Amino acid sequence: MLSRRIIPCLDVRDGRVVKGVRFRDHVDAGDIVELATLYAREGADELVFYDITASPAGRTVDVAWVERLGRLLDIPFCVAGGIRSVADARRVLHAGADKVSVNTPALERPALVSELADAFGRQCVVVGIDSLRDDDGHWRVRSHTGDATAMRASGRATLDWIGDVQALGAGEIVLNCMGSDGVRAGYDIAQLRAARAHCEVPLVASGGAGAAEHFSEVFEEADVDGALAASVFHSGEVRIPLLKRGLRARGIEVRDD
Amino acid sequence: MSAPVAVIDAGGANLGSVRYALERLGATPRIVRDADGLRGAARVILPGVGAAAPAMRLLRDGGFADVLPALDVPLLGICLGMQLLFQRSEEGDVEGLGLLPGVVRRLVPAPGLRVPHMGWNRLRLRRPSPLMAGIDDGAWAYFVHGYAVEPGADCVAEAEHGTALGAVVERGRIAGAQFHPERSGATGARLLRNFLEAA
Repeated sequence: MLSRRIIPCLDVRDGRVVKGVRFRDHVDAGDIVELATLYAREGADELVFYDITASPAGRTVDVAWVERLGRLLDIPFCVAGGIRSVADARRVLHAGADKVSVNTPALERPALVSELADAFGRQCVVVGIDSLRDDDGHWRVRSHTGDATAMRASGRATLDWIGDVQALGAGEIVLNCMGSDGVRAGYDIAQLRAARAHCEVPLVASGGAGAAEHFSEVFEEADVDGALAASVFHSGEVRIPLLKRGLRARGIEVRDD
Repeated sequence: MSAPVAVIDAGGANLGSVRYALERLGATPRIVRDADGLRGAARVILPGVGAAAPAMRLLRDGGFADVLPALDVPLLGICLGMQLLFQRSEEGDVEGLGLLPGVVRRLVPAPGLRVPHMGWNRLRLRRPSPLMAGIDDGAWAYFVHGYAVEPGADCVAEAEHGTALGAVVERGRIAGAQFHPERSGATGARLLRNFLEAA
């Protein structure tokens, strides 16, 4: 049986890992390779690296650090940040990444998702969605979220966009619930459940993890395939081996060897 | 370990990670783009992430489709590379290399069953095999695929995703891993080492 995935997310700015609270006030959290190998050793199932400055700055991801990670890691990893074309994705994948994640560029030009799926197969193509509940109660997609001053509302309804990107060829969806991001009060279960009902491909929850019980809650209540978190791992508050032991004790299948 | 290993570039996106995994084991893989490049190779690996039709086209254009069946050294297909070893794939209704009997079929999503099959799953050993030496029943391996073969006579390990699927196949010098040994931690490294060191 397929296990549920625990996915530390490393936000990368200028080759360093940073962490933020509600997408603002980034502070330095350490060296990429050091943190990545630590998480791999501790039992992370996958790693995601977001080059958070790439999309707002209009540049593509720097492949030098992707290649360093590719040589070292023996678990899968996904790279996101400013991938705008098949050529951009090819550079990142050939440098050793297993998947690419597109967010803002897919909103600007949805055909990018199909082009990537045609070129590399849909299993390589992750669509990241930053979503926030508006005052009218509807969840809508945000773009350019790497930089608080550049962030904008796309006008798209989140659940519609989830359907669209699957039809275009997304092989996985990472739903980042911005209302809960960085505040560590738990994942946005209501939004993730709604997303799950619209999602045939793997769905990864992002935003809000603050304690071990938030992970069991999101697997049990929202039936997501993976749970992504950043600061709760970077700070050492949640340690992966202990987290997985707790999940297994609750009957949630996780990789634990 | 010093036996020359050729890794075929069939346009697969995991070429880099397979090369790095072999280098971590002390091998110095040679990336080859046409069948001439296979000369002198003691091992051949066919990685693959992508779609069956363009990959088979590249294999035909590079002369591999004619040479691989006649080769007498061990061949390991990984993920799509394993699927291409079979007679046919439903993905684009493509004819494969025909080195193993069977048809690659699409995985069908169902409630609670996501496609692609993406993540860590357990290997269930079906029979002893040199490729699986030192790998325990229930070992975890990383899968990412939307098509698969049913476990047939050549299947030495299977995984379960709604139904049983072929995870590792072996028939004489022809072998395949549906999962990604290059990204499956110690289990994957062991499989690759077994392949490199096989007599």
